Amino acid sequence: MIKTHWAALCVLAATIAPGMAAAGDAAGMVKVVKGTVSIERNGKRQTAGVGMPVEVADRIRTGADGSVGVTLRDNTLLSAGPNSLVVIEKFAFDNTTQDGHMSVGIRRGTLSVASGKIAKRTPESVDFHTPTSVLGVRGTEFVVEVAGDRDE
Amino acid sequence: MNKAKLSLALAGLLVLAGCTTERVVLLPSANGASSAVVVRDAKGEVLLDKPYAAVKRSLDANTGYQSSPDEVKARFAGALAAQPARPASYVLYFEAGGNVLTPESQSALTTIRQEIAERAASEVMVIGHTDRVGSVEDNDRLSQKRAEGLRDLLVESGVPAEKMEAVGRGERDPLVPTADEVDEPKNRRVEISVR
Repeated sequence: MIKTHWAALCVLAATIAPGMAAAGDAAGMVKVVKGTVSIERNGKRQTAGVGMPVEVADRIRTGADGSVGVTLRDNTLLSAGPNSLVVIEKFAFDNTTQDGHMSVGIRRGTLSVASGKIAKRTPESVDFHTPTSVLGVRGTEFVVEVAGDRDE
Repeated sequence: MNKAKLSLALAGLLVLAGCTTERVVLLPSANGASSAVVVRDAKGEVLLDKPYAAVKRSLDANTGYQSSPDEVKARFAGALAAQPARPASYVLYFEAGGNVLTPESQSALTTIRQEIAERAASEVMVIGHTDRVGSVEDNDRLSQKRAEGLRDLLVESGVPAEKMEAVGRGERDPLVPTADEVDEPKNRRVEISVR
């Protein structure tokens, strides 16, 4: 019971703490779209197009014919192949101090990553994760594949 | 066959096939710098620190192996083909103590405008820097002024203002490290990052 209360408190703190990443904060922009690509925000799915902003908490989905490329504000390049679901769980970047943090989940499909300024300056504040594993990066390019049909 | 039986049979088949559920491959970095990825799960971690070093997950465990360009192409062609253009960075220099570009830097502006126009949904970050002559506060102001001046110059030449962001980093990020109060032309600069 106490645990549940703490969890609720943490969620609350995360929502109100200044300087923390919150849903709706600008994280990047869609630069490449092929085939079917959608972005789910606040429970609503919309078709993604080139130039569409990407925000914290967005869920990016590609169809069987789809792929998408996104550049985050710290110059991280993300691109997903067909049948993928990628979630921008956290992102914050201050242009003046260049401090920031990010957390990106790959739930299914394929994702390629070329890491950006946050990973260069503070690699410990960057993580990518699959349903079972967490990836720590050190100024890096890599690809991740997750099999299955998870849609959450 | 009912649904439960079917999925049981399928699961059995997948286990027999040594089903891989996840895979991570480290790629060579574009600039040739050394890089690494650490893949951690509940049981431990695998370090990938050479090009095409990889990990695959089957039967609930991560195992390291050596992947190859062919395998990456076969599995990740779609994702890699959709990678956005790499951000390009330009550096423009100023005459001492003020807000006037050197002649070389004036002409570099043409290339930058072209780059901004050619990219899909381009965004521009204008970052001002100073040398270490003067106080930190004055240099913060000067670097911000330089960045804004350059942004205005780009706006005048037709680049939409909403694509651009101007920030000043003062003297804290010198291109050439110097002692305080050193007049170093290479540190009086504005960096323009187009992504």
